Amino acid sequence: MSYRSGRDAFLQGVRALIPLTPGVIPFGLVTGIMAIKLGLSPLTAMGMTLLFYSGSAQMVALQLLDTGVLPMAVVITALVINLRFVMYSASLAPYMHRMPRRKLWPLTYLLSDQSYALCTLRYSSGEMGRFAHHYYAGAALAMWLCWQLSVLAGVCLGTGIPESWSLSFAIPLSFLALLIPAIRNLATLGAALAGGMLAVCAAGLPYNLGLIIASIGGIVTGLVIENWRNAGGPEVRP
Amino acid sequence: MSSDLSLWGIFIAVGLGTFALRLSFIGLYGRLRVPPLLQRALAYVPASVLAALVLPAVVYPGGQGALVLANPQIPAAIVAAWVAWKTRSTVLTLAVGMAVLWAGKFLLG
Repeated sequence: MSYRSGRDAFLQGVRALIPLTPGVIPFGLVTGIMAIKLGLSPLTAMGMTLLFYSGSAQMVALQLLDTGVLPMAVVITALVINLRFVMYSASLAPYMHRMPRRKLWPLTYLLSDQSYALCTLRYSSGEMGRFAHHYYAGAALAMWLCWQLSVLAGVCLGTGIPESWSLSFAIPLSFLALLIPAIRNLATLGAALAGGMLAVCAAGLPYNLGLIIASIGGIVTGLVIENWRNAGGPEVRP
Repeated sequence: MSSDLSLWGIFIAVGLGTFALRLSFIGLYGRLRVPPLLQRALAYVPASVLAALVLPAVVYPGGQGALVLANPQIPAAIVAAWVAWKTRSTVLTLAVGMAVLWAGKFLLG
């Protein structure tokens, strides 16, 4: 469908985001709580949230800061986690690249898993007409607000939660909730198994090298399985 | 935890880097092509990196590769993975995983 006005498209975008909030709010709460638990001041925690605007990278960075790895390793690991944005960027580029910079840059900063998921199919079908960017802006801004407010709520709750609740376990649990949907076939399953087991074996290595080695090992395993399936399975050949 | 200054340094570096990743193809449209192998490799980043984060954090509750025998995090993670697979819900995964962990801690005393 195409929209009557920019305002209409923007509000439709906001409305499309609302069903996704139950998956976002708990993750934001946990992120805020963890940031405070690990000793960040509320101001630093919110500065981090604004600068990152990426929940998984933020959780990873918090966990690594807590284990005391080198700052460079924190930066590299967080950026590796965010490499998926390169894929999103490549996929949205044909529709967005013509915008003037003063609009393009803020909308680019607002690019998230959720706003990408909501907009990519609609952009490529061309069904949104000339107000497509308004729809994107509505969905992306609503997502941003939902994320910032849930982290802020977590920051406010932070110190009120006792140690005996073992809340730090919520970090691996929230990664688990992201990991399971990422396993879609044999190749991604192999990547996850190899990455996980290598990381367990290499956990004693300094400077977080274990995570980097395990990630590369997982990616290579995924590629090898993909090649092997494409070469060996006659059913996938045209 | 590092000093405040180095923390802000890390955050600004990640923030700028993440913005650059988001902008990459949109900003350089028509001038940048991903090699096909890299594009295929990127598809395996989430599964391998997330698994590499989850497994050690579950197996070594004290951090830094110290194995603990009575570790209620392992059954909690297995049940949570099953819930995540069945429901695809972050809320339920977190709630059930934490509940199993608390039950395990209670049983172990």
